[in-house]
Amino acid sequence: MARVLVGVKRVIDYAVKIRVKPDKSGVVTDGVKHSMNPFDEIAVEEAVRMKEKKIASEVIAVSCGPAQSQEVLRTALAMGVDKGIHVEVSGPEYETLQPIHVSKILAKIAQNEKIDVIIVGKQAIDDDCNQTAQMTAGVLDWPQGTFASKIEKGDKDITITREVDGGLEVIKCKLPAVLSADLRLNEPRYATLPNIMKAKKKPIQKLTPKDLGVDVSPRIKIISVEDPPTRQAGQIVPDVDNLISKLKEAGHC
Amino acid sequence: MLSRRFLSKLLSPNGAKNFKRSLAIGSKIPELTKDRYPVRRGEFAILNKEHLQFFTDLLGTQRVVTDPAECESYNIDWIRSVRGYSTCILKPKTTEEVSKILSFCNDHRIAVCPQGGNTGLVGGSVPVFDEVVLNTALMNQIYDINDTSGVLICQAGCVLENLDTALAERGLMMPLDLGAKGSCHLGGNVSTNAGGLRLLRYGNLHGSVLGLEAVKADGQIVDLLSTLKKDNTGFHLKHLFIGSEGALGIVTKIAIQCPAKPKAVNLAFLGLNSFENILKVLTQAKRDLGEVLASCEMIDESTLEVCTDNLKLKSPISNFPFYMLIETHGSNNEHDQEKLNGFLEDVMGNGLVLDGTVTNEPSKMKNIWDLRERITEGFIQDGYVFKYDVSLPIENFYSLVPEMRQRLANDEEVVRISGYGHLGDGNVHFQVSCRQFSQNILNKIEPFVYEFTSKLRGSISAEHGIGFRKPKYVHYSKSAESIVIMKQLKEMFDPNGILNPYKVIPN
Repeated sequence: MARVLVGVKRVIDYAVKIRVKPDKSGVVTDGVKHSMNPFDEIAVEEAVRMKEKKIASEVIAVSCGPAQSQEVLRTALAMGVDKGIHVEVSGPEYETLQPIHVSKILAKIAQNEKIDVIIVGKQAIDDDCNQTAQMTAGVLDWPQGTFASKIEKGDKDITITREVDGGLEVIKCKLPAVLSADLRLNEPRYATLPNIMKAKKKPIQKLTPKDLGVDVSPRIKIISVEDPPTRQAGQIVPDVDNLISKLKEAGHC
Repeated sequence: MLSRRFLSKLLSPNGAKNFKRSLAIGSKIPELTKDRYPVRRGEFAILNKEHLQFFTDLLGTQRVVTDPAECESYNIDWIRSVRGYSTCILKPKTTEEVSKILSFCNDHRIAVCPQGGNTGLVGGSVPVFDEVVLNTALMNQIYDINDTSGVLICQAGCVLENLDTALAERGLMMPLDLGAKGSCHLGGNVSTNAGGLRLLRYGNLHGSVLGLEAVKADGQIVDLLSTLKKDNTGFHLKHLFIGSEGALGIVTKIAIQCPAKPKAVNLAFLGLNSFENILKVLTQAKRDLGEVLASCEMIDESTLEVCTDNLKLKSPISNFPFYMLIETHGSNNEHDQEKLNGFLEDVMGNGLVLDGTVTNEPSKMKNIWDLRERITEGFIQDGYVFKYDVSLPIENFYSLVPEMRQRLANDEEVVRISGYGHLGDGNVHFQVSCRQFSQNILNKIEPFVYEFTSKLRGSISAEHGIGFRKPKYVHYSKSAESIVIMKQLKEMFDPNGILNPYKVIPN
């Protein structure tokens, strides 16, 4: 049976309207509702299903971030994950934390925990990087199966179905491997009350990047964060001829 | 952040985010009200060219809708139960325009149907015959939001959800919330005294509306737009316009008291196996959650199926005979969570609640609330729905459902008999759905439902109002004397009876 590692990121909830800080250094996060990155939720669901099907022996969730990241770990534990690892990165370090850092952290933990399969969401909805799975595979020199919409584990290999332009691509790779979850991989469950209660007793191990020997010093500098341009109001034209002349005026046809 | 914009649609298993209540294109058109129901047209004028000329001179051609295809959506209620055949929809922007329209209509005996978002459930918001529709959609100005007092002043046509969004930026929220929030107008809410999902905590509109402005049938503007919490000078006239369903005047402006937006919101969705246990959990919720309890709703198994089967929404837990939604609003999440978790551990521990989930993530809360708020929409897919909205003593809250299931046990036309509603308010929504309208089924439900409710001293219309569908049943909840006073008031405010005729007041 496989040992599975999932990455879970704490992001601003997708139902919340994002506001840029007045000094343009980032977005407002204080007092704003956060939740688990939805694609990571899909990764957790897949790992938990592997455990339920007795394909996985243990599922470990990792989150890198400030103290509140433990909330998403608790959610993962309530969904059925066995153990959480919180790698504390906070303050200015967290603001410049990137997939390059996270992938090194994940790689190190994977080695320490003798992991066979790493599953992460294909991207986080806050920075849209879509790099962590690929970089982690690079750091570990493991095969990768990204944008998985179906995962079937064999004895020594794993088969992944990927949604690509024009159809489905099926690839098989050797274990250990790094996978990333796409939207249609599964529909994550809600954590139920009995499991939420049980999750309170499950362990969360606390680590720092230093414990893992990973350097998280910034590789980028945030120059400015801006609101997207506001959409201009439309105008109603009385008829088709008018519409065509307006489009011509604006150079659209 | 391109993905975020699409996420609510993609990720929410419960589909489109900003669901609006409007007629589905290509859906079945109901029979004309005048043909389906035994009702006779009043002695009102038939609209002629001169009348239309007056309206277009006043509003311009853009704000007078006469195209038959365009008029249709104003003639049909959104649950498709009634249909009028008005050929003229007026869209004033100001109180003065409303006043001029009514004054003209009163002089020429033209009947008028006031209409907001047309989300009513008793056929009150659409014409019965060819009444001119006075739609408030363009009266959508917000005049003032006072951060300190929390008073919002706006026009009657503001959409509830837009007001909530505007208030959220100032740390406030509307005191009412209902499934139709994306479409309904505040003016309509006030005119029908809408209840909704937060009433348990924030009270009804007779309390939160501080003042209003209304136009009487003769065009006279009545300025009651006070913003004071306390004002005992003379009769409290504003209350006459709250819940009188446009029969005494058209509400044009509103001043409403808005509470602070809670910093902490938590939502639990619970599965239970009996109504007795629901009552026990309600009692315990009031005791253990006290000041943070904001909503306490219940849904039976058959009702939830209209969401899971008809709308393909996902339920967080497996099937149970009953479900409860409990929402808390507070100012400190740690405190609230501690209370809520203690309560949940308790009711799980003593076996009252069999399973459930709890969350404070906005996206998950929205998906769970969809299971409650989209019930009415889900029922439409069953076919025709006989809807009832009654208040009953809390111990009899669910009694209508088993009673009616017995009564209609052998009727194959029936798709579903079920109940859900505002448990905390003692207000149950009871419905019988059939594949299509059936006079036979209707005769078996009415007046039985009303007699049953009356015997228990309940109300035959808790929050939906009387509208077109229920005037003849008002006597089940109101004494003969009070009906006489209602008629006298109508006579005084609208002697020609041009405002929302055939509705609210019994013959």
